[in-house]
Amino acid sequence: MNAMTEGYMTADGRKIGGVLMELKNITLRFGGVVAIKDISFDIRDGEIRAIIGPNGAGKSSMLNVISGFYTPTEGSVWFKGYQRGPMRPYQVAQLGIARTFQNIALFDGMSVLDNIMTGRLTLMKSGLLSQALWWGGAAKEEDEHREKVEKIIDFLEIQNIRKTPVGRLPYGLKKRVELARALAAEPKMLLLDEPMAGMNVEEKEDMCRFILDLNDEFGTTIVLIEHDMGVVMDLSDRVVVMDYGKKIGDGPPDEVRNNQDVIDAYLGVSHD
Amino acid sequence: MPDQLLYAMEVTLNGLMAGVMYALVALGFVLIYKASGIFNYAQGVLALFAALTLVGIQQGQVPFAHLINAVTGLHVSSFGFTVPSILAILLTLGVMVLLAIVIEKLVLKHLVNQAPIILFMATIGMAYFLEGFGDVMWGADIKTLDVGLPQGISETVESMTDSIFGYGFFIDNLDIVATLVAVALVAALTLFSQYSKQGRALRAVADDHQAALSVGISLRFIWILVWSIAGFVALVAGIMWGSKSGVQFSLSLIALKALPVLMLGGFTSIPGAIVGGLIIGVGEKLFEFFAGPLIGGATENWFAYVLALLFLVFRPQGLFGEKIIERV
Repeated sequence: MNAMTEGYMTADGRKIGGVLMELKNITLRFGGVVAIKDISFDIRDGEIRAIIGPNGAGKSSMLNVISGFYTPTEGSVWFKGYQRGPMRPYQVAQLGIARTFQNIALFDGMSVLDNIMTGRLTLMKSGLLSQALWWGGAAKEEDEHREKVEKIIDFLEIQNIRKTPVGRLPYGLKKRVELARALAAEPKMLLLDEPMAGMNVEEKEDMCRFILDLNDEFGTTIVLIEHDMGVVMDLSDRVVVMDYGKKIGDGPPDEVRNNQDVIDAYLGVSHD
Repeated sequence: MPDQLLYAMEVTLNGLMAGVMYALVALGFVLIYKASGIFNYAQGVLALFAALTLVGIQQGQVPFAHLINAVTGLHVSSFGFTVPSILAILLTLGVMVLLAIVIEKLVLKHLVNQAPIILFMATIGMAYFLEGFGDVMWGADIKTLDVGLPQGISETVESMTDSIFGYGFFIDNLDIVATLVAVALVAALTLFSQYSKQGRALRAVADDHQAALSVGISLRFIWILVWSIAGFVALVAGIMWGSKSGVQFSLSLIALKALPVLMLGGFTSIPGAIVGGLIIGVGEKLFEFFAGPLIGGATENWFAYVLALLFLVFRPQGLFGEKIIERV
């Protein structure tokens, strides 16, 4: 076994496994604009991996590459040891990679419960005919999935808004419902695009707790983009720092914090 | 009860029944509009095509007979057998599903992310193509469609109302069947969209494409599903209208009657399509009954459109449509 496949122990004593996903020399171009320039890094099983960087650094683009919304111009994505071909987002979702969006993408017209139930679509097995006629395993299956969803609702403490149409919820709760929907898919890997943007301190603390708990309880690997440095340093095991589409740092929070390139990118450099 | 009131009641009932027929067509529009934001101009032609195919299969016609005869010099027209109604309806449904797949593969797939007006233009193209294709496939002559639905005036209703009011209402049997079918259809569609996994996926796609992709829904599958369901609704509308007034080109024009229904009910609401259809149906019959004699009659041709126009001025989103709110 080489070093790549072995895990490591975190400071708080969690065991991190081997490489779950590896991104090799990813480049992403939109016409003449280079959003991501030759970036490689890996994500390990059970890890909380953060991607940080100033605005426009290409963080969201990176997340979109991972979730299949963008196909990289160059480079390859390896998941569970296999190279992933060009895939549509729904196929990536079916692999067990769930995500949330920077500007919340929920089904506003549907209830919280229905929204979360859509997260389980990829796990439902009964066919069109059986579903249409509500015959065969369809009803039983629905019950089983409903049970799982109730567990997630309990976990995220949103029992009292179960039947509320999502469009009526305040921002913070919408973020939580979006997380619930992503969790409902029982993902191997969870991508969170700025899960705490626009939240107050209390909401941020709640969200941090949920992220840590779900990583701990379900062993879900988490990749998150976040601007709040305090949050990133507290939560994550390893951090990738991006600036102008390039990777300028990669490592545990403490190491990255002291990296001169990272400090320059965030605070600016004097040109004298 | 005064005669005038009884007449009015009979007219209202007839209006309700006619409204159901309008609603049947409008329903197809709403389904596609909700799921994909496309105003499907071809919905009326879909109904025509479904009815043509049904008659063709039922009577054992050879498809493209004229074309085959012209090219090969043969004189084929019929296989010489008839197909039972139920089987013919199922086969036609199969053809409509096939058509949905072809439409997705040849048209929609290539127009992803285009502006709604582009997709609208594409459906206009589809409408003309399908109209011609239907003619070539099954011939342009007027056909009678008989799938065994009861015809004529319902004697039960007549004798029943006669014994209550002393005046028998004239209600078409076919209209009663159409009403029952429409109710069953709406109930089935509602149950399917509320309680099945595909129905949930369908509502999800209707709400937000990006979010739907992220939970693993294939948009292409959903589009095929929606167009198949719209094809199924078109088939039902085609059967009802075809049994009523024969299968001919003018069947596709019922789509025009669905427009005011949609403006009243809102483009995004299934209950809206039903209520809108009923209001238009009853409205135009009652208006003709009361105001027709005063202004020389023939009001049924324009009443629906004037009503729709009024709605556009005072409530552009329709009775049940989603209110258009822009954030500034």
